[in-house]
Amino acid sequence: MSETIIQPASSIRRAVCAALVLAPVPLTSLAQLRVEITGVGSQQFPISIANFARAGQAAPAEIDSIIRADLSRSGLFRIIDAGGQAIAEDATVNLAEWKGRGADALVVGSIARLADGRFDVRYRLLDTVKQAQLDGLSYVSTAADLRLTAHRIADRIYEKITGERGVFATRIAYIVQTSPKSWELHIADADGFNPQAALRSREPIISPAWSPDGTRLAYVSFESGKPVVYVHSVTTGERRAVANFRGSNSAPAWSPDGRSLAVTLTREGNSQVFLMNADGSNVRRLTTSSGIDTEPAFSADGGSIYFTSDRGGGPQIYRMPVSGGGAQRVTFNGDYNMSARVSPDGKQLAYIGRRGGRLQVYVLDIASGQEVPVTDTASDESPSFAPNGRLLLYATQVSGRGILASASTDGRVRTRLSGPSGDIREPTWGPFIK
Amino acid sequence: MTPTHLSRAALLATAFVFTLAGCSSVNLDEQPPAPIVDSTATATKTGPDPRAVAPVDAQAGRTLDPLNDPNNPLSKRSVFFDFDSFVVKSEYQPIVQTHGSYLGTNKQRRVTVEGHTDERGGREYNLALGQKRAEAVKQRLMLLGVVDSQVETVSFGEEKPRGTGSNEEAWAQNRRADLNYR
Repeated sequence: MSETIIQPASSIRRAVCAALVLAPVPLTSLAQLRVEITGVGSQQFPISIANFARAGQAAPAEIDSIIRADLSRSGLFRIIDAGGQAIAEDATVNLAEWKGRGADALVVGSIARLADGRFDVRYRLLDTVKQAQLDGLSYVSTAADLRLTAHRIADRIYEKITGERGVFATRIAYIVQTSPKSWELHIADADGFNPQAALRSREPIISPAWSPDGTRLAYVSFESGKPVVYVHSVTTGERRAVANFRGSNSAPAWSPDGRSLAVTLTREGNSQVFLMNADGSNVRRLTTSSGIDTEPAFSADGGSIYFTSDRGGGPQIYRMPVSGGGAQRVTFNGDYNMSARVSPDGKQLAYIGRRGGRLQVYVLDIASGQEVPVTDTASDESPSFAPNGRLLLYATQVSGRGILASASTDGRVRTRLSGPSGDIREPTWGPFIK
Repeated sequence: MTPTHLSRAALLATAFVFTLAGCSSVNLDEQPPAPIVDSTATATKTGPDPRAVAPVDAQAGRTLDPLNDPNNPLSKRSVFFDFDSFVVKSEYQPIVQTHGSYLGTNKQRRVTVEGHTDERGGREYNLALGQKRAEAVKQRLMLLGVVDSQVETVSFGEEKPRGTGSNEEAWAQNRRADLNYR
């Protein structure tokens, strides 16, 4: 590796740039290394992440510990303690010794401050069994983007080992109530760090939903004295009311192609599910019950809509064609199931179920009807799948305060997300970006 | 007029005619008679009575809108519900009745019925439950002659609690529908 791999400053965008392969080491076949992911009972891949060597002034973010936290939170990795020693990406490593410690893979790297104030971050992923390099990259990053760089490295490692895309560099959105008269719509990294307020209001905001391309958020704002559905462009802050009919307007859900929104409107009486174009035009009613139909969620192929209905008494989840009519009940356990979200592969449904007074996140295998609780808390809300379908983000309560947590969809690993102070709720996991 | 009065008036009229007849023989060179002034004429004249006293109430300009009068039953604008219920309980029927009558006779008035729930359950589902409560009140109002265009029903679900604790006392305050006049 030489300095020549680092691009000149003028060609480097503000965002993390230049993921350059460090050395032409033959890659071992991914299939051989892929962790078999079969849900409950799957094995965790043992990996060791050594401290990154630091040259010169200390970096503002701990790259190595962010990578460890990301991989550990995924539920698919078991982090083998690497001891306190730093190992640079160009150091000579005795891989057999690391294999002996129980690590099937080892991550080494370095971080150095450049003359222009940015940082050069380098990493290698080494297979201790085959004694070969699996990956090696160099990034130039601003101080502000170092966390993102760490998430991107974690994504690379995740993909090299599991064969699936990592979600650590994606973003989440959620609502935080900072006082009785103050609500904010935040966007943060997938681990809850780097929160930024996209909207502040003195009235409630609920039900944010990312557009499939990750550029817009639909949500419900009460700023005009009643619930109205808005679509908000995140980068420009431009926003418009797309459903502002007589009565209440709520529960926006994007179709997978981003062209339509399913919403709950009460303009004809009680809450019913309607479909409209994403700009608010061409509104047509999909459900026609005499009770409550709400919380629409599109199936992965866009052909069906799951929703919550009290037509059978208590709330249960139903499925209907996207053209409306002919709804079938989907949940049968317990007397209270709601807030359905479909996994990206369309095979699983996550929702909130109440059993014995506890509101918990459940995951249902749609084909078999098998249901598994994935949390052990009692006041869960708003489950949301990661774009790779392996993790769920949800809101829960600890000591009366709303917090965010993530759980692997098999329920094996649960992590409380760090975040700003205040009452946090209504999380929604954004899509892969590019 | 009684017959007695009638005959009395006739006698007076007859006497007057004779008097005029008697006058016709008065010598023209004599002094003209003093003009006769009808003292009752001023009573029939239009215009202000200089002796009239108009009563003025110093508080007249600040007459309370019946909606803001704390002594008026219209000032009660919340209907409370049982857990998981949308039934307007009998103890709240008089409140709905009062507003129904007011809106029925004041067709220009518009009201928003805002449904609320306690914190238990999902936010969107609670929004729908609050809507059901607001609709229940609206249906009652319409039975009393209020027209659809006078009432908009919206819901705040669990987002705007009046009671802030996590106990039955707070929850009972939050399971309600408020009537807000516009």
